[in-house]
Amino acid sequence: MNRLAPSLLLATAALLASAAPLAAETHRVEPAQGQTALQEALILAAPGDVIELGEGRFTLTDGLSLDVEGVTVRGAGMDKTVLDFTGQQGAGEGLLVTSDNVTLRGFAIENPKGDGIKSKGADMIVYDGIRVEWTGGPKASNGAYGIYPVESTGVLVVRSKVIGASDAGIYVGQSRDITVRGNLVEYNVAGIEIENSRNALVTENIATHNTGGLLVFDLPGLPVMNGGNVIMRRNVVKDNDTPNFAPPGNIVASVRRGTGVLVMANDGVLIEENAFEGNATAHIMVIAYTQPFDDPRYNPYARNVIVGPNAFGRGGDDPQLDGKEMLLEAFGGALPPVLWDGIVEDDNGLRIAEGVTGWSLNLSKPGQSLAEAQPGPLALTPLESWEFPKVGAPAELEARLK
Amino acid sequence: MRRGLGLFALACATLGLALTHGARAGEAARVSDAAVREAGFPAKLSDFGFFADGPRQRPAARVMPYALNTPLWSDGADKLRFIYLPAGTQLAADGEGLLQFPVGAAIIKTFAFGEGAARRLIETRVLLHRTDGWVALPYRWNAEQTEATLALTGGRIDLVTPAGEAISYAIPNKNQCKTCHSSSNKVVPIGPKARNLTTAWLGQMVKAGALDRVPDGAGILPDWRTHASGPAAPLARAYLDVNCAHCHQPGGGASNSGLDLRWEQDDPQAFGIGKRPVAAGRGAGEYEYSIVAGHPDESILLYRMASAEPGIAMPELGKASVDKDGVAVVRRWIAEMK
Repeated sequence: MNRLAPSLLLATAALLASAAPLAAETHRVEPAQGQTALQEALILAAPGDVIELGEGRFTLTDGLSLDVEGVTVRGAGMDKTVLDFTGQQGAGEGLLVTSDNVTLRGFAIENPKGDGIKSKGADMIVYDGIRVEWTGGPKASNGAYGIYPVESTGVLVVRSKVIGASDAGIYVGQSRDITVRGNLVEYNVAGIEIENSRNALVTENIATHNTGGLLVFDLPGLPVMNGGNVIMRRNVVKDNDTPNFAPPGNIVASVRRGTGVLVMANDGVLIEENAFEGNATAHIMVIAYTQPFDDPRYNPYARNVIVGPNAFGRGGDDPQLDGKEMLLEAFGGALPPVLWDGIVEDDNGLRIAEGVTGWSLNLSKPGQSLAEAQPGPLALTPLESWEFPKVGAPAELEARLK
Repeated sequence: MRRGLGLFALACATLGLALTHGARAGEAARVSDAAVREAGFPAKLSDFGFFADGPRQRPAARVMPYALNTPLWSDGADKLRFIYLPAGTQLAADGEGLLQFPVGAAIIKTFAFGEGAARRLIETRVLLHRTDGWVALPYRWNAEQTEATLALTGGRIDLVTPAGEAISYAIPNKNQCKTCHSSSNKVVPIGPKARNLTTAWLGQMVKAGALDRVPDGAGILPDWRTHASGPAAPLARAYLDVNCAHCHQPGGGASNSGLDLRWEQDDPQAFGIGKRPVAAGRGAGEYEYSIVAGHPDESILLYRMASAEPGIAMPELGKASVDKDGVAVVRRWIAEMK
């Protein structure tokens, strides 16, 4: 290691001398240069610089981090540039980003010990063409989240792929103004999870072979709450059939195998124009928060949830629910696509478009035991039309894709 | 334990020496105020002039040693802590919290392993208070123990801890320094809070004109040397405050977890009792709550403290082995809870 010191110092001097903000530079790092050179480039980058990762496999022993604004980290493609964390010895994630206006593009993170890429308090971030994968398949020992922006305003995750996360493949938490589009999430416990976040557009993703496909949660006891204004539109949510492999203490450990979309609590969720197929418990599930809580700021109800027109294929035919046999018999061999717990705060619970069918547990208050359920067909008057706010990442982030 | 006492006595004695030396004219070793204040990252630790004798860790004029009641544990490393104050400046007390440092001040911490002649300096971390905020930099000592050079990207070194464990010790990189030393995305010092410094030391500092006053609440954190037999609750809360709360507090690196381990946090759910994990992933193990009163073996917090496996272990940084004393105190605290 000591032998590296002189090169480091030269690099420091060179970069400091050239750190003029207007002259963005590209710094290329090749896989053979390894951990130190890559981390050094991430530290010494000036705002606006590009870190270019060469093609091949970087073998890494420690988590990487980026704390310089406006930097682009760009690889040769998600199957060509691989950051391999199989031998990781420290840190809670593969890559940690803590600065604003960062763009991550075209590389893969494999087998991180904790999360894949975490960006915290990192506003205006783009993840484009990133792959995070635990290559041993779904295992409880895999890290929790693949792509993990949190406490951020302005998040765009596109054309990325996450495989094997023991919590959520793409998890956006405590954030706002979010677009998650055109991603593939498979063999995770949750494919995509939007948690305690506002103004999120989840669209044109494929969620398959997860335990649950797309989740929208609002949880108590967190610094940022009041999640809502989430649109899930034109996604393919198919064959989410992987047994739940989350560690028991996590909220997603309660997700039933074969859940397509799950909305828990939240204010304002629109689910429309998606294609559902092969989700054996329910294509769509809308429920209040189920656990006891002690947080006066928290609203446990699912409010203003609209299920618009969607394409519902086979599903609800092997529900992971107590009383499965009875339910299947009562509903003629398969449950209708929408499962609602029936719990309303006021008159603003679940609403549906014409032709949407479902069933209700007809419960009356959050936390009520499922044993008290009185299942019956969904009896809601369909909406003729509805309005929903425009949501998603700022146009400035979309512009970076061009 | 005896060694701990010795270190502390030494800190007090050398403090007296440093303070008197500071007043003496013509003292050879002086700190370079330019290196502390001006932009850039000095390449060598000696560029700062913090030490009259670096290898022996003898401080220069106006560089004052200090010790903490309850220190941050770093794989059992011995730590030599110093504060530098430029001439004509002093620290200001801010209740029991962090001492307020003037611009131009620095905090210096050297990590060492081994006793007596076998002592090896591993790294020295400096916090520099510049006009536009604090800057944190790590310096790594060479094999000859003659100089420490800037290690912006950190590094790893194989060593054997005082507990006899062979580990790969991690020197943090510059960003990782900030991961812990961060409040609302600004770099801040962690250690020198009045509540974790002795009134004796603070009194000496006041006497020497290096501090404005000894505030209320000074020295209230328990002395960690009593960990084996002292009351568990204050020891555990002090340990969690010092070892965890720099991230686990509002505005800290782990704010999104909602877990707040600061000494002053008095809401039991906020510091973990009956609190569900948020983003713990497999760090939660088989358990549902951060702390289950009376049941240390069902408490995620203790499970993570007692692990050295990346992805499970807490803290995430600066830990390659388990602090058995810390685990024992926190275990005792949770077990005693009703």
